[in-house]
Amino acid sequence: MRSLSRHQIGPASVALLLGAFLFVFLIIPVAKVIFVAFQDPNTGALTLINFSDFFLTSLFQESFVNSLYVAVMSVVFASVIALPLAYFTTRFNFSGTLLIQTLGVIPLIMPPFVGAVAMLLLFGENGSINLLFDEWFGFTIPFMEGLNGVIMVESIHYFPFILINLSAALNNIDRSMEESAQNLGANGIRLFRRIVFPLAMPGYVAGASLVFLKVFDDLGTPLLLNVNKMLAPQAYLRITSIGISDPMGYVISVILVVFSLLSLWTSFLALRGKDYSTVQKGGGGLMKRDLNPLEKAGCYAVVILILLMVLSPHFGLAILSFGTVWSYSVLPDAYTFQHYLQMFSSSTQLISNTLLYAGLAATIDVVLGTVIAYLVWRTNLFGRKWLDFVAMGAVAIPGVVLGIGYLRTFHEFNVPIIDKPLASWWVIIVVALAIRRLPYALRACVAAMQQISIALEEAAENLGANKRRTVFRIVVPLMSGGIVAGFITSFATASVELSATLMLVSTESDAPLAYGIYEFMQSASGRGPGAALGIVAVVIVGAATYASHRFIKSKNVEFTTEVTVATGE
Amino acid sequence: MENNMNDAVNITINNLSLAFGKTEVLKGVNLEIEPGELFSFLGPSGSGKSTLLRAIAGFGPRPQGSIFIGKEEVSQKPPWKRNVGMVFQSYALWPHMTVRKNVAFGLEEHHVSAGKIHERVDEVLEMVDLLSLADRRPSQLSGGQQQRVALARTIVVKPRVLLLDEPLSNLDANLRVQMRRDILELQRKLQITTIFVTHDQEEANTISDRIAVLNHGIIQQVGSPLKLYDEPSNRFVANFLGSVNLIDGTVQHENNGYLFKVPDGTSFPLGNNEIKQGDCTAMFRPQNLQIIRGKDESTGANIQLSGRVEHREFLGSRIRYSVIVGEQILLVDDTHEANCTTIEVGETVSLQLESDLVRILHN
Repeated sequence: MRSLSRHQIGPASVALLLGAFLFVFLIIPVAKVIFVAFQDPNTGALTLINFSDFFLTSLFQESFVNSLYVAVMSVVFASVIALPLAYFTTRFNFSGTLLIQTLGVIPLIMPPFVGAVAMLLLFGENGSINLLFDEWFGFTIPFMEGLNGVIMVESIHYFPFILINLSAALNNIDRSMEESAQNLGANGIRLFRRIVFPLAMPGYVAGASLVFLKVFDDLGTPLLLNVNKMLAPQAYLRITSIGISDPMGYVISVILVVFSLLSLWTSFLALRGKDYSTVQKGGGGLMKRDLNPLEKAGCYAVVILILLMVLSPHFGLAILSFGTVWSYSVLPDAYTFQHYLQMFSSSTQLISNTLLYAGLAATIDVVLGTVIAYLVWRTNLFGRKWLDFVAMGAVAIPGVVLGIGYLRTFHEFNVPIIDKPLASWWVIIVVALAIRRLPYALRACVAAMQQISIALEEAAENLGANKRRTVFRIVVPLMSGGIVAGFITSFATASVELSATLMLVSTESDAPLAYGIYEFMQSASGRGPGAALGIVAVVIVGAATYASHRFIKSKNVEFTTEVTVATGE
Repeated sequence: MENNMNDAVNITINNLSLAFGKTEVLKGVNLEIEPGELFSFLGPSGSGKSTLLRAIAGFGPRPQGSIFIGKEEVSQKPPWKRNVGMVFQSYALWPHMTVRKNVAFGLEEHHVSAGKIHERVDEVLEMVDLLSLADRRPSQLSGGQQQRVALARTIVVKPRVLLLDEPLSNLDANLRVQMRRDILELQRKLQITTIFVTHDQEEANTISDRIAVLNHGIIQQVGSPLKLYDEPSNRFVANFLGSVNLIDGTVQHENNGYLFKVPDGTSFPLGNNEIKQGDCTAMFRPQNLQIIRGKDESTGANIQLSGRVEHREFLGSRIRYSVIVGEQILLVDDTHEANCTTIEVGETVSLQLESDLVRILHN
């Protein structure tokens, strides 16, 4: 046994508490899900029969293939959108750079499922665009038909992950990398193929695998587009319609987790040992050149086309929220405030629940994040890396899986006093949101902590402050920038989280906003108020994102891109 | 493409100007670099020395004026058509390629056959003593090794001239001394016209056949290291190439000789050779002065000054005194040997100087 010295007892007990929390609310539920997937539903013995059932059922085969297809095609289309944008900003002295950077944020302030119905009305078979196409050219394009719709909505929503990672990679290539190749006789396409492309590859792969992961796990978008033959919707439908004892939901969960881990692993492999950041002092970024007027016009045309596409869910949602009847017509018949009035009269509970849940979850996240960051970077406690590792591991757990795990683990656990299963108490939603968002808040806190020179703490100790006083008087105040930014990010993304919420809401009165939007959008008459509620969600997330950016700027907090772009699904 | 003495080319730069936006970085540079010469651009940061080098390689804004490499005017040619080898300050080794791939790159771009490439790469890696590390990635090499890969990658294509942009600035002090010898040896072996950019006067002095001193985008003086040190043409060059005493005053003709007068009343003779009269600066090096304890002591030198020791620094081989003479502070170097007595701060001393060691600079 390692014995703890006296000044380690405090940190050690905090670490134990934290470890217990993560164990109960992350490890056990996920382990339970995996265990049940391998358990014979009748006898309880370990078996592979559930998996063979899964792969022998044509519905599941189809769902599996569809999920893979949608995820891969979303990566392809997201790349098609992101590549030219990244290239323009890093390669040319292009005045539209600010526009492109804005493009990189706009999609993220709206969860994809919120815009899905609006996209249906704009691009669907009888949507505005196809009505116009039919009238002008006599044909229609099946943008939104079946899986196409999911691919379109997801790629429009998630391309910023590729844009941001790829731009960062391109900006990290020092111009001397290109100049030395030119000096040795290379130029044009050869130079790009041999130097720029391989150096940017790790960044691209990291972004692309993130897109794959997000799309593969997404529940809300396919459900709202009524595309049910995919893995996440199947898991949800099995559990909600057949019950929590049906093994198929668990088998699907295991498959979702495996693919999440695979894509994270790919991203890890792509980046491992490839610190290609070659920027030297005074250098930085690819060689930029000026554009001639024709090229400039071309660039703007591409950027504006993409901008219109990216903004279409927002426009569509706004029109939907103000429109009266919008069906088989390019635009609604008339406009009204009725939906907003209806929404505010019936949905204040949804909004207040959301603020409560997201606020609590974000608070838990930054507290946990700060403590873990401190334990990992400032103590030599045994097993501290595992705490970090487990907390980060939540990235690989899709919301559906966590939801199923909680239902299964806590449905028999009665909370004293209120006498109700923990799985159907609203607090469990908060815990799920906190666990889901913890990795992002943790990275923000770690980034903030790493910026604090240890000498600042040593100076405080040298002047007589003990560890605890040093933490409260020096470390936490200096970390405040990162902590606040982490809070806002967690808050914004938790407030529009749907996948885990969908499984854990047991009564209407406990439902948050995302759930409400989902419910409204189910019926044609609910679309108007649903869209109005969606606008409220966009405003909340947008305001929080803006506040977080402003705060990061004013506090000059160095920030990892993954934090600023972590948004709900 | 073989290099030998006959192939070494000269570089001629005529009235070259260059600006970044509205900031003029080079202002009418004229320069003639001889075939096979190791030539240095020396200057402080922002002097334009790297910009001038990059202009020769074809990087940066398009300059005005002309650059001849041999008989060919290259100033309007893109970098990849110039065949001038450049070693970057950061080395710019591509992290995704092995050492061998890095070195082979230029040969591949010049469409050399695969077999020949292998042979040439081996040959040049052998030359820089890195053959055993050919399959490593640049990140697995030390700074000095990376530097040698960068050199190998550049010389393997047998460029017409070799441009080195502060190649030693990222190395530690000992390695720097070793590398500059290696570079000099390699340059002599290849007999390739080479330009070496540095802000370190010691580096420039030890390695160069000739040096151009740059400041504010203007060439201040061109010459051999000895000439620049002994006969600087202005205050800037005098100061940049080592410690110096510079005294502003006037030259006057009196009693068949010339006299240098300082406003504080100090004056000393300059001998009988013709000197332009008027405002000017007298310049001499700290080691030109001899220091003797006591007032009005003499060794027979024709300039005698007396003053008081204000400050003393021990520099190993010598002791540097700061002596107040009138209102001037003069630096005096005295050779240090064990057992010799040193002069204390506050003591009165006599300074001796031969007038032919004083150089008059007209600004």
